[in-house]
Amino acid sequence: MVAAKKIPIYLIALLLLVFTGYPFVYMLSTSLKTQSGFFEEPFSLFNSFDFSNYMSVFEMGIGHYFKNSLVLSVSAVLIVMLVAAMASYPLSRMKFKMNRPLFLLFISGMMLPIHATLIPVFKLSQSMGIYDTLWALLGPYIAFSLPISVFILTQFMQEIPKELEEAAKIDGCSDFGIFWRVILPVLTPALMTVFIYNFIHLWNEFIFALVLISSPENRTIPLGLQDFYGEFSVNIPGLMAALTLFSLPILVAYFFSQEKVVKGLSGGSVKG
Amino acid sequence: MDASTENVSVVKQQEILKTKKLVRNKKIVSISLFIAPAFLIYLLYVVYPIFATLGYSFYQWDGTTEKTFVGLGNYAQLFKDAVFWTALKNNAWVVATSVFVQIPLGLIMALMLFAPIRGLRLLNSIYFLPFLMSTVAVGMLWVLMFDPMNGIVNVLINVFGFENVAWLSDEKTAMFAVLLVIVWQFAPFYMILFKAALVGISEELYEAAQIDGANAWQKFQNITIPLLMPTIVSSSILAIVGSLKAFDIFYIMTGGGPNGATELMGTYMFKQAFINFNMGYASAIAFIMFFIALIVTIVIQVLEHRRKQKGGYA
Repeated sequence: MVAAKKIPIYLIALLLLVFTGYPFVYMLSTSLKTQSGFFEEPFSLFNSFDFSNYMSVFEMGIGHYFKNSLVLSVSAVLIVMLVAAMASYPLSRMKFKMNRPLFLLFISGMMLPIHATLIPVFKLSQSMGIYDTLWALLGPYIAFSLPISVFILTQFMQEIPKELEEAAKIDGCSDFGIFWRVILPVLTPALMTVFIYNFIHLWNEFIFALVLISSPENRTIPLGLQDFYGEFSVNIPGLMAALTLFSLPILVAYFFSQEKVVKGLSGGSVKG
Repeated sequence: MDASTENVSVVKQQEILKTKKLVRNKKIVSISLFIAPAFLIYLLYVVYPIFATLGYSFYQWDGTTEKTFVGLGNYAQLFKDAVFWTALKNNAWVVATSVFVQIPLGLIMALMLFAPIRGLRLLNSIYFLPFLMSTVAVGMLWVLMFDPMNGIVNVLINVFGFENVAWLSDEKTAMFAVLLVIVWQFAPFYMILFKAALVGISEELYEAAQIDGANAWQKFQNITIPLLMPTIVSSSILAIVGSLKAFDIFYIMTGGGPNGATELMGTYMFKQAFINFNMGYASAIAFIMFFIALIVTIVIQVLEHRRKQKGGYA
């Protein structure tokens, strides 16, 4: 009786499991087929384990895409963590006239469609002579990561007890000293959230990269995927191998620190 | 004697005022130094470009040669442009799908994570996966799954006795197909938000309802939904705002085609700017996108404010 009642629940759970998980299984399984094997049996799962597709992806060269994405995402996120934490400190813990307007100006960026800035940022990068370099992406990546970062960090900083600061002040600490030695160390979990959220978003960022980069050697991973799409247009297993390889770093990170990634990606709105 | 003490106290007062002013100035300087780096970057790459976009939108301009001032000409043309209206309508579809399909599905997925069944850890891990993939990868993967010849989607509908469909190259089905992918990619995000909210609901409420003889549906309707209302509201805000910005998945899967059937404001703006080099016209589209996002944000804020004044969500 009890067991029979659970059958519909199991069915829904299974249906959703197939819906969310099947595309990944299909991707992985297809990437391990030869092209003729794929056309013979496009839907059989894991009937062949042929790694030649991965070899041909490596032969086409994926190193520079990974290097560009890694260098760019890490440097942008590290700068964001520092400047957003600095800005959040007075915004969350000091009284001054412009506090509220400045805070609103920063967080309203979350609502902003990137398209509204695209042409001027494109022109700006040309006039600064950094168009088609990774430098062109650094500025927009930092700027568009600021709103959510300030939002997360100010929320977190508001909860730090005043006594911590006051003790440091009595010891003769300057404002910057307090920020560096008292606030930042307590802030580590929030900074972790900021890091994960922004890193994954920048790692996957597409439109700025599409507009601001043209040379193959400066392309990031999402643009690299597009290159493979062109190259492999009829070689579906090859394309699947590329998709698998390009998605791997994030998937691996997810399986190793699931809770942290989930918390990070939901932008700190998940507590506990 | 009197005069000198008075003098002393005046001097003292002035000194106190001076130090107060000094402290205040010092505070202003330190606040400015803290905020300046973030503020300057934000000013250069977010605030200035919005005004520049507005400025460009009054010109006819190919992006390189001299601009020609056309006043509101671009906007006048835009309101007569059938493609723009299709794009606006398609954006509305994305908003509606996000709010009325993605969010309920996200809620169902979250509820499954609390269901009295085995294998919850597996559900927990797998349900979230789609949200991790880059949109470009998601788009390519699904293009292959929607393939008319070798796509799994057609195999599936064959089982139910339907003929093969050329999902992405048929004007009637392209929009539906991309919307399905959006649901696949983003429902897990709302699942996580709901999961966090569900954890916060006290078990005692359900136990009390149980004692009063409430059935599962009554419990869901009278306890779960009201307590989830804040999450539903904030999810809807995120969904609406996110949908107005939609671009990547459409660009990858259909490029706005076939025949403009899946054109969005974002894809149309991109085409006008970086393929046709109508930078002025594209700026007008971009500014309309900004303006709609602004209006939506203001309306939501006002509604939020009113509801909070009325007291609560129930």
